Amino acid sequence: MPYSILFSPQPMHIPDGFLSVVVSIVFWVISAIVLVIALRKTRETLADRQVPLMGVLAAAIFAGQMLNFSVTGGTSGHLLGAAIAVILLGPWPAVLVMTAVVSVQALFFQDGGLLALGANIFNMGIVGVFVAYAVYQLLIRLFKNTSWGMIVSGFIAAWSSIFVASLACALELALSGTSPANIAVPAMAGIHALIGVGEGLITTAALGFILAARKDLLKKEDASSSIGSKGIFVGGLLIAVVLAVLSPLASSHPDGLEWVAEQHGFLDTAKSALFNILPDYTLPGIENPVLTTIVAGILGVAIVFGVAFGVARAEKHGTSHEKVQEKS
Amino acid sequence: MIELYSHRDSLIHRMDARAKLVLTLAFIVCLNLLPSHAWAIYILFLSLVVSMMLLSKLRTGLVLKRSLIALPFALAALPLIFTGSPPMASLTLFGGFLLKFSLPGTERFAAIVVRSWISVQIAVLLAITTRFDDLMTALRQLKVPLLFVSIITLMWRYLFVILDEVTRMLRARSSRSASAPTGLRSGGSLSWRARVTGGMAGSLFLRALERSDRVYAAMLSRGYGTEIPVNHNRPLSDADRRILWFGSVLLLVLTLFGMLIGGRP
Repeated sequence: MPYSILFSPQPMHIPDGFLSVVVSIVFWVISAIVLVIALRKTRETLADRQVPLMGVLAAAIFAGQMLNFSVTGGTSGHLLGAAIAVILLGPWPAVLVMTAVVSVQALFFQDGGLLALGANIFNMGIVGVFVAYAVYQLLIRLFKNTSWGMIVSGFIAAWSSIFVASLACALELALSGTSPANIAVPAMAGIHALIGVGEGLITTAALGFILAARKDLLKKEDASSSIGSKGIFVGGLLIAVVLAVLSPLASSHPDGLEWVAEQHGFLDTAKSALFNILPDYTLPGIENPVLTTIVAGILGVAIVFGVAFGVARAEKHGTSHEKVQEKS
Repeated sequence: MIELYSHRDSLIHRMDARAKLVLTLAFIVCLNLLPSHAWAIYILFLSLVVSMMLLSKLRTGLVLKRSLIALPFALAALPLIFTGSPPMASLTLFGGFLLKFSLPGTERFAAIVVRSWISVQIAVLLAITTRFDDLMTALRQLKVPLLFVSIITLMWRYLFVILDEVTRMLRARSSRSASAPTGLRSGGSLSWRARVTGGMAGSLFLRALERSDRVYAAMLSRGYGTEIPVNHNRPLSDADRRILWFGSVLLLVLTLFGMLIGGRP
């Protein structure tokens, strides 16, 4: 099965269940706002060429994530693609392309959750793209647009996009109370500092290839990006700096995030307090948790058997119905 | 292969994609709102998913197998077992090594893994029983911007073409050098292997850019305006409306019930 590689989970796609509902919804809102801006900006700059261009490139980035090379033992380096998308397309279209990739992965391949999709779009589609853009633009100016400068900037931009996105991912997990910050942040940062090297190497080599084959594409992009997108440049640098400062802070003082998580816990207790208003109010089976579980188990089994029975009956009914029709 | 099962016919397949999408999201939100010790309600949520699987008349093993995809991520929540709040319990491993772990932390870890597993199951079910076009129409009807839906639609259309291209490239690479039989080291140095892979990525993107030009020209010549037409005026049928109501009320009741149980420590 050639497509079975599609069903391989990647480390930065958060599944459902690992983020609290509040955190998920907050990141959904942030991502939605940025996406609306991205849609508007893209419509202005690319006109109607945009749909085929971004659709086909999104497909190429999804497929390009299958490209890998063995590093050592069972591990391999592969591509996420945010940096190369930024360099080829410019920042706003890259946000849309990466969002499309992450959304399709969540909707059809369960790589990343549906409720957690907002956070995943934020990490890979927004943080990854913004940071790659800011770093690339900054460095390319320093290197005065030389070819090797482009290659070096590509490597650093790709590495930082992965690294900073993983910091965002770790902080989201810590905010949800899923993983303590003093473990999640160093672990995620450490792993992705290495994964980022793989990303950087592939991005660099891809850039080298494109420089040799179609230099015009890269020059053209540079001209169009100097027109606007100052906002992304500043935003990307800001995200990178804030996350780079916040993460070590959070991991050395996990109390800060715990405090936020406690506010969550506070919400939970507030919710339960609502029910504790009725202290004498007991439902059969609630007193004893073991008993409740057993009752739920029996109910569950009953539901499943009921449905199975219903399906079987409907099936039988259906076939006999068809037979009747055949006779008549 | 992805859409192999979405063209079948069953109650679940026949449901309106809008209702399915909304109910799936509601299901995941409600499940994740539950407190850690509402195990009874987890069983009920699980039985709901299993009933849906039965109704969809697919092999249960298929959904179950695909639902394991998110399991490796459990590693991220693993530290909870050791860093959670007291009471702590301890376990003597062989060699007299004492392993201390937190009871609430362990329960929370288990709850996170189970909730995630059930959420993935319902998401698999949605993906596997809904045709791509129906889902896109549903997104459109739920007011997702047309430009974005068009990008995803086009992406899906070319995904498999480009995947075939990638597969061919990978096969060409392995037949020329870079991968060796198991146990042997792959050819070339690390940077050489990275350069080969990067070259493949570069040529893939160039081909994609050129392909998008051809696609655009072909679309223009067939009268493409600015949008891919989507039919989105079909109202919800009565049956779908009933399922939507019944489903949301059921989820709401289960969630409240779970909080009621979970609210008492």
